[in-house]
Amino acid sequence: MSEQQASGHAVHDLAPGEEELDGSGVAQGLRGYLLGLALAVGLTAASFYFARSSLIWAPGVATALIVLAIAQMGVHLVFFLHITTGPDNTNNVLALAFGVLIVFLIMAGSLWIMANLNHHMPSMDQVMRMQR
Amino acid sequence: MSAEAAAAAGSDPHKLGRGHGHGHGGATGQSVGGPAPNRIVVGYGFWLFLLSDIVMFSGFFAAYAVLAGQTAGGPSGRQVFDLNTVAIETVCLLASSFTCGLATLAVGARMKLKFYGAMATTFVFGAIFLGIELHEFAGLIAAGNGPQRSAFLSAFFCLVGCHGLHVTAGLLWLLTMMAQVFAKGFRRDVLNRMLCFSLFWHALDIIWVALFTVVYLIGVAP
Repeated sequence: MSEQQASGHAVHDLAPGEEELDGSGVAQGLRGYLLGLALAVGLTAASFYFARSSLIWAPGVATALIVLAIAQMGVHLVFFLHITTGPDNTNNVLALAFGVLIVFLIMAGSLWIMANLNHHMPSMDQVMRMQR
Repeated sequence: MSAEAAAAAGSDPHKLGRGHGHGHGGATGQSVGGPAPNRIVVGYGFWLFLLSDIVMFSGFFAAYAVLAGQTAGGPSGRQVFDLNTVAIETVCLLASSFTCGLATLAVGARMKLKFYGAMATTFVFGAIFLGIELHEFAGLIAAGNGPQRSAFLSAFFCLVGCHGLHVTAGLLWLLTMMAQVFAKGFRRDVLNRMLCFSLFWHALDIIWVALFTVVYLIGVAP
């Protein structure tokens, strides 16, 4: 009897993208990919629909689209890249969390700083008037 | 398996900090169990590369988000984007991501014929995606809306073109993987490369999700 069966957990860490299949193997894996595909198609269809319909209050459309995109990225991570919260995935999740932090800092930081500079920049005719 | 190990597993199921064994001692999430198997080192290293690649993309995304309104009298996104072609591109890339998953399953089951079929389907979908994207680029440039027209179009071509280059590299890698499985079979090093390829291909699809949302949908939305 292997240790894996006894504890119910992987003996080693899992490489990212690696899925631990028990029992039915390929059929189980296929079920996961099909579920992921269905969820991703649903979220994509919702995104394209909301971008063109007036169902959502116009200023809120961008927010809705971003929420749908983040949800779909989550679906891809779970069903296609097989990132889980299990202890055998700790290193993968920590690296991902750090990557997400850096991406957030770059995106939010750039937008914030550039919007702030833009706000404080005098308009072109003001500059011309100051030079006169 | 010994009773002692079973007891230890019961009291500390994840064996946190309990790395008495050598080689594959079974302490997840840390290195005290001895060196990790080759496959995990390779996969984890490639995962780190992909994350840094995504960080690089975030720079292009930030540039695009800042410059999206700077059209310099040229066309805005609403005028040049066609959501129908973007929808077809999205479906192609999503389908190729799915068939890439099927190829991974075929590798796991060591079924060569199904592997070739799934990889070939992945290639076709990826090539259709790339063809549509190049057609869009050619149309923009022919209409005088090339990357030199405005800051918005420069950022657009940089971001979308960078993703397109990644897809191109992925397609070449895909053909290489098919050739390697054909020539060498499901050898351990070939399996490791296949793991990295599937990670790469799925990551491209994740970036495309961010891309069609930020560039195309938000660019066209009211």
